[in-house]
Amino acid sequence: MKIHEYQAREILRNAGLPVPGSEVIDRSDQAAAAFRKLGAPKVVVKAQVHAGGRGKAGYVKLIDSPAEAEKLAAWMLANPMVSKQTGPQGVKVQKILLAPAVDIAKEYYLGVVLDRAKRTPVLMASAEGGVEIEEVAAKNPDAIKKAWFHPLLGLQPFQAREIAAAIGLTGDLAKQATDIMLRLARLFIEKDCSLAEINPLVLTPENKLLAIDAKFNFDDNATFRHADVAALFDPSEENAAELRAKEFNLSYISLEGNIGCLVNGAGLAMATMDIIKLHGGQPANFLDVGGSVTAEGAVEAFRIILSDPSVKAVLVNIFGGIAKCDVIADALIKAAQQIGFKLPVVVRLEGTNVDIARKMLKEANIPQLRPAADLTDAAKQVCAAV
Amino acid sequence: MSILVDRNTRVICQGITGKAGAFHTRQCLDYGTKMVGGVTPGKGGTKSEHGLPVYDNCYQAVRETACDTTLIFVPAGGAAEAAMEAADAGIRLIVLITEGVPTLDMVKARKYLDDKGVLLVGPNCPGVITPGQCKIGIMPGYIHKPVDGKSKTVGIISRSGTLTYEAVWQCSQRGYAQTTCVGIGGDPVKGLNYIELLGMFENDPETQAIVMIGEIGGTDEEKAADFIKQNVRKPVVAFIAGRTAPPGKRMGHAGAIISGGEGTADSKIAALRAAGIAVCDSPAVIGETLAKFI
Repeated sequence: MKIHEYQAREILRNAGLPVPGSEVIDRSDQAAAAFRKLGAPKVVVKAQVHAGGRGKAGYVKLIDSPAEAEKLAAWMLANPMVSKQTGPQGVKVQKILLAPAVDIAKEYYLGVVLDRAKRTPVLMASAEGGVEIEEVAAKNPDAIKKAWFHPLLGLQPFQAREIAAAIGLTGDLAKQATDIMLRLARLFIEKDCSLAEINPLVLTPENKLLAIDAKFNFDDNATFRHADVAALFDPSEENAAELRAKEFNLSYISLEGNIGCLVNGAGLAMATMDIIKLHGGQPANFLDVGGSVTAEGAVEAFRIILSDPSVKAVLVNIFGGIAKCDVIADALIKAAQQIGFKLPVVVRLEGTNVDIARKMLKEANIPQLRPAADLTDAAKQVCAAV
Repeated sequence: MSILVDRNTRVICQGITGKAGAFHTRQCLDYGTKMVGGVTPGKGGTKSEHGLPVYDNCYQAVRETACDTTLIFVPAGGAAEAAMEAADAGIRLIVLITEGVPTLDMVKARKYLDDKGVLLVGPNCPGVITPGQCKIGIMPGYIHKPVDGKSKTVGIISRSGTLTYEAVWQCSQRGYAQTTCVGIGGDPVKGLNYIELLGMFENDPETQAIVMIGEIGGTDEEKAADFIKQNVRKPVVAFIAGRTAPPGKRMGHAGAIISGGEGTADSKIAALRAAGIAVCDSPAVIGETLAKFI
């Protein structure tokens, strides 16, 4: 689960990290007052959206008057932000952060993630802050210093001191940095994060370290035990169809193509997208109906797939294990009655109760249904149909 | 022969009185698995609907049934703890089916299990099956083909559930028996991984070839490729799911995500091919590809 920058700053602030004061607004007529309240000659205005690429898109700007703040806020709220990460339709800006511009002597990077291979959290730090860490990792991997730490013992002060030294911080700055690292590592564990990142961590000319941008991602599997984190969820940042799917225990991801997919199992769902591509088609979605799918759930899955106007044909690929083929057949028949198929639906069924399912579909005699002999045949048929 | 489990494996089910636990205990019993009891805190001293003894905790279950393996259906919030309890009680192999276990719980539980030398399969997995002998998990038993002394044999390792069934089915259809199939699970932090299992299959005299099924996310397949190059003489056929998956999106499985340019299907396929492994372009030709090497 992702959250907004203003929420991330709040988490850091509550954990005792040095974060400059800021104001959050959701109407442009609040901008001038927010500017004055900050009491700084120059203010940074930042759109609060999850997508990256804000700076390049013009949604992070430096201004120096209340009037400018209001004008800029009005523009940001009125125009959806389009960046590399948003797709051409862009994302609507609903909240704006205003923060005093900070004089910067140097920028650092600090982040905590899980190292999957080592199965333990790792703190990463770099003296090359202010740019994407992936960029640093690609161009100059030696510039990233790492400290792996025990999930129960946490990051140890001696580790933090070693990292501070490694990125060139000495004396009082090393002390400040050590404190920040320890608090960030503690937050990562306490809140079940998958990413806790300060970028940049800024060194001011007055020799103070300040966190001026932050990013947190949380483990979706753990939000059940963090009511405070769950409360930060912003449904307006999510794809509406994906949210609706979640309500029905379906795992759905919208893609760019025109062949809708309905599959049981995440691996098979990915493999189904792959085989469509292999035969020259483009999948419109990833959809895993899950093992304990009911006919109602599967009908809803059809509804979601068919609500995508770019879908021109559907491939149903079920390997019945715990999910039974007859349940899917029942759902196909119900979907045909309740929603109606105006496009070809290629059906490949195998596994538990497949014979019952095939018989049911044969008797239902739905003209748009096209049975497939196997997976390759299914992929070929559906690609030929669009 | 087989790896991990066979007809002598004695299994309990943690969460046996829950809906999923009860259903799959029945399926495992029907397959012939030696299910010897179950654990549900607060229901000790009763019998399950299958007539098996229910215990309050794993310690009692181990003492009373001499079980060595557990099949866990405990809900996500308590699943890691259930695994640690089993390990402390003396269980040798833990099969953790539960989906949605918090990642940091698994980080901690895995350290605990490693300290005790206990093996874990999962979480978020279909389980382990040695066809014809022992099924510990949720896979449909009938798609598998038991070793019969005549058929060629294959061992299967996979991060996915239904995609494993797909591979198993293609093998069975072509007359290849499976020594053991292990679904290692779709989470980023899990128990047994490719390398350990590749080693076990390499050392199992009955296994003639190995099928490994991977997907996007992490670098386990790349590490497996290195390992195979150095240590595996038996033919390995692979399929990697997720070539068409967009970066930054979690594709159903918690571990199936391409992040920061790492974990792409192309990188995995390239590493496997560089190690001389036959990688299938299509999930429909796993059996066909195997036929060329077995």
